Amino acid sequence: MGFDTAYEAISEESDSGHRWAFGTGFTDPLAGVDTAVPAGIDGADLAAYCLMLGDDALILSHRLQQWLARAPELEEETALANIALDLLGQARLLLTRAGRADGSDRTEDDYAFDRTEREFRNVRMAEVTDVDFAGLIARLLVFSTWRLALLGRLRESADPVLAAVAAQGVNELTYHRDYAAGWTIRLGDGTDYSRQRMQAGLAAVAPLAAELFVPSAVEQRLAGVAVNPEDLRPEWDAVLAQVLAAAGLDWPEAGWPEAAGGSGGSSPRGGTVGKAGRDGVHTEAMGYLLAELQSVARALPEATW
Amino acid sequence: MVTTLGETTLARARRVARSVPDPELPMLTIADLGILREVAIAGTRVVVSVTPTFSGCPAIAEIRADLAGRLAAAGFADVEVRTVLSPPWTSDFISPEGRRKLTEAGIAPPRSRSEVAAGPVPLTLTAAGPRLECPVCGSADTVRTAAFGGTACKDLYRCRACFEPFEHVKEI
Repeated sequence: MGFDTAYEAISEESDSGHRWAFGTGFTDPLAGVDTAVPAGIDGADLAAYCLMLGDDALILSHRLQQWLARAPELEEETALANIALDLLGQARLLLTRAGRADGSDRTEDDYAFDRTEREFRNVRMAEVTDVDFAGLIARLLVFSTWRLALLGRLRESADPVLAAVAAQGVNELTYHRDYAAGWTIRLGDGTDYSRQRMQAGLAAVAPLAAELFVPSAVEQRLAGVAVNPEDLRPEWDAVLAQVLAAAGLDWPEAGWPEAAGGSGGSSPRGGTVGKAGRDGVHTEAMGYLLAELQSVARALPEATW
Repeated sequence: MVTTLGETTLARARRVARSVPDPELPMLTIADLGILREVAIAGTRVVVSVTPTFSGCPAIAEIRADLAGRLAAAGFADVEVRTVLSPPWTSDFISPEGRRKLTEAGIAPPRSRSEVAAGPVPLTLTAAGPRLECPVCGSADTVRTAAFGGTACKDLYRCRACFEPFEHVKEI
């Protein structure tokens, strides 16, 4: 099969199994998977929960992609691209699951490209920008330790699709966390200057950690299906303590997430009147991120590729 | 070429499906890689079940297309490719034949995964990675140079005996 122009190939309608380039012609990532919502589970709540976990992955994946061509070494760039791809894959499955669970049949693209900022449910830690590579590593360590603990428990979810997505994700997050922990130790236990930068990275991310452990109303209603984020603290504390001890670093003074209370504590980067990412209340960084993420899809709303 | 005399329709569909190469590890078929879960016949339709190696594996779209194309060429017009998520793929699904082909191609095959416990995943803080046998010279004096390679399923190593760099399929 041949085409005279790329446009001819990309605009071909039939699903002949031949595409104009590797990776194009993405199909439904849940094709053939039984996506019926099990009895006793509220479809709308399940969809909302899938969006939370899917948005966390989608938005951090986009931030990681922004490091491409900017990472300090080719090997690190490859690592960040691989981590971004894993998270994007998880996001595709979870957003697709959301559209099936609430019966709206919205696709992954509908969710990624057609929602406004207030409709995204990711934690704010996923969306902020990084001052430097050490800042990225600090964020990746905190986030992947938390997400690995979460997905580990989600393998027991009453929703078989969520349980399957989690089981796959655990294998992937294990590598992400090891990668972030390795660099935390390398920088923290390196020169005085690298240690100082790594400590500054932790200081930047610490105020956003509290939000990770505050259960939303949806998570509270979905007992047995969703993981209660409060339960993740002991594992997260233990892993962070182990890594920071090996790196010779300290968690920022007074920066440990509060055991209870509002989404963001009293930090200036805390939530707005008790609301944060899970409520659709984001930082200033989020609007710029979405403007970039959605620009092509909004300029060419009917395009397929 | 395997003779097709007396071959049942199902056996033929299975043989064709098993011959599809993996786009990122083309020395392996999808059967060697262990991502081909089932081939079944439902009426005139061939139903093929595959499982992705990684959540974001971009090769799955290529594999679906290749399956449909090869089965169509073998006379199966109606093909459905289903995604199976559970149980998730792990490197333990790679067949002994697949491991042999990887080594022949200069890629270190994955070791068997240690039994995965149900509780919290333990942290690994050693940067060097597991010691592997160099697929070129057989030396065990090898070191990991990068935890992530050109594709999601591989990392990078270097042999300190023959100095050759080589890829390794991760234990995942």
